[in-house]
Amino acid sequence: MNIIVCIKQVPDTTNVRIDPETNTLIRAGVACIVNPFDMYAVEESIRLKEKFGGKVTVMTMGPPQADEALRETISLGADEGILISDRAFAGSDTWATSYTLFRAIHKIGDYDLVICGKQAIDGDTAQVGPGISAHLEIPQITYVKKIEEVNLLPGNKYIKAERMTEEGYEVIESPLPCLITVVKEINEPRLPSLKGKMRAKKAEIIKWGAKDLDVDPAIIGLNGSPTKVVKIFTPPPRKGGQILEGDPKEISEKLVELLKNDIP
Amino acid sequence: MSIKVIKEKCTGCKLCIKSCPFGAIRVIEKKAVIDLDKCTLCGACIESCKFNAIVLTKISPSEIDFPKKIEDHKDVWVFCEQKNGIVQSVAYELLGKGRELADTLGVDLCGVLLGENMKAEAQKVIHCGVNKVYLVDSAKLKHYQDEPYSKTLIKLIKEYKPEIVLCGATSIGRSLISRVAIGIHAGLTADCTGLDIDKEKRLLLQTRPAFGGNIMATIICPNHRPQMATVRHKVMKEAKADNHHKGKIIEVNYDGQTYESRTKLLDIVEEIEETVNLTEADIIVSGGRGMQNPENFKLIENLAKVLGGAVGASRAAVDSGWKTYSHQVGQTGKTVCPKVYIACGISGQIQHLVGMQSSEVIVAINKDPHAPIFSVATYGIIGDLFQILPELTKRFKEVLKR
Repeated sequence: MNIIVCIKQVPDTTNVRIDPETNTLIRAGVACIVNPFDMYAVEESIRLKEKFGGKVTVMTMGPPQADEALRETISLGADEGILISDRAFAGSDTWATSYTLFRAIHKIGDYDLVICGKQAIDGDTAQVGPGISAHLEIPQITYVKKIEEVNLLPGNKYIKAERMTEEGYEVIESPLPCLITVVKEINEPRLPSLKGKMRAKKAEIIKWGAKDLDVDPAIIGLNGSPTKVVKIFTPPPRKGGQILEGDPKEISEKLVELLKNDIP
Repeated sequence: MSIKVIKEKCTGCKLCIKSCPFGAIRVIEKKAVIDLDKCTLCGACIESCKFNAIVLTKISPSEIDFPKKIEDHKDVWVFCEQKNGIVQSVAYELLGKGRELADTLGVDLCGVLLGENMKAEAQKVIHCGVNKVYLVDSAKLKHYQDEPYSKTLIKLIKEYKPEIVLCGATSIGRSLISRVAIGIHAGLTADCTGLDIDKEKRLLLQTRPAFGGNIMATIICPNHRPQMATVRHKVMKEAKADNHHKGKIIEVNYDGQTYESRTKLLDIVEEIEETVNLTEADIIVSGGRGMQNPENFKLIENLAKVLGGAVGASRAAVDSGWKTYSHQVGQTGKTVCPKVYIACGISGQIQHLVGMQSSEVIVAINKDPHAPIFSVATYGIIGDLFQILPELTKRFKEVLKR
């Protein structure tokens, strides 16, 4: 079973600060991590490989330092890392990003399953996964919390998975190849082994730029992105309010008085 | 559109050579080679190959030329998400906002409704100030599925050309609209919390949080139509219904192929662990590490029950196995926006705050006066939650007469 996992390197949100003068993110010195949801995607791909054999290819689009993120996934058990990096891709919105990743997946060609995290914690859009499957014209199952079954019999390859909804879940079967996006509940990611770390250190990361992917230059990067950011601002920070004091009974009386009109 | 031979799979069996009507395939060094000058991408060879070694990638929908004259597009559309035949509250919220936007632009507000036997619901939508409802009624659209819904919506958009399409940022909305945006090459902004119009340029100003709410970004889509956005639930006010409001129902039907789905929906499981769905709830009572064990969550559940609210949990409580993941609020869980959020024994790590800090009123109960949760709390209570929660529940019960 050949699996492609798409990941993103994101700033660790615990450390994000805003420059009050320029109103932009201070990225310098901020540690980068692999997007947490993508770690579940990587883990699931490795588990599937362990069960069914095959190959796990992890790809990311980003600046050269995203190389580190790919190595981290190799230390966990991914076979190959592909870094899609080119100045021409800079400033891509979700449309252009999913197009670029689609071109890269298309170049690989031979795959049964694409796995993405449900969303990245910096942009929080949840749009790139479905965007890739739309470009690839393959079916998708989003918000997967459990893979119930994988059938790899030639001519009848399918996956059966539980898709998380607001009320519970749906059980969906899809022919392969297909794309799934995963939520936290699906697994608990492993830690890298020492051997894995050594392998990651030595691994050769494949680098692809715009020329390697046969992309239409009109629909990549900032210029090829339909959406444009016109303003970035810091929301007024929420201020702490009133501290209620007294014994539990007095406090409860005060709070009920304050809230009773908000309770429908 | 392109075709290629996967060399590792090709065995050089020559079956494809016979199948090719155009003589475009030769076998060189035991591998099939396709002469792209002769190939018409008919796909005959794909079926002949017993080893799945030939791959044909069809044209991506975005490459299809789609007339994009901006001035041809008008009206504001709201995708009216339905579950079990009931239009969801998020749609009514969008209709409220949509009316405002349509009035500013001087165009119609239209609802889009896909489902089975949805006429009565379409009428309800009209009562919320809608001029037209595009209704696609088919047994195959009874439940949401990605492919039939996205294919249908793409066709509707291409045919009727709206300038704005809004949709709830729900698990359905986000999966659907992301696919649609690719198919029609439109810009899409996720999870907006503010929508406005730049009247002069007729642009939709879409404001959304990023980096977990640490920054806000305003996004436009100048050169593509429609301008599409998913909108966070509970942010906009629901449209008020007026039974006298009149509008048109436009019934649209497409060929059966449009409704075909490669995925099969085998089962829908509703986990009735709690009576209220977290993202729908007006009141949420959440517990964290300070609850100490799963049994103590009973205190949270009791209060939630009296308030008619839902039970939330911090990541710490979920990771300890005290509550299931569906209760988790925060970065790797759900983002919620209730009227009242009561955080009990939750210290307020940034990952939790980003999931709940847009709540209208936040109450924090924690014994540590330095807990970061107090910096966002409207009302803070420094004390022992095991004493306060039962008192509070009792008091609410008396006052609310429940």
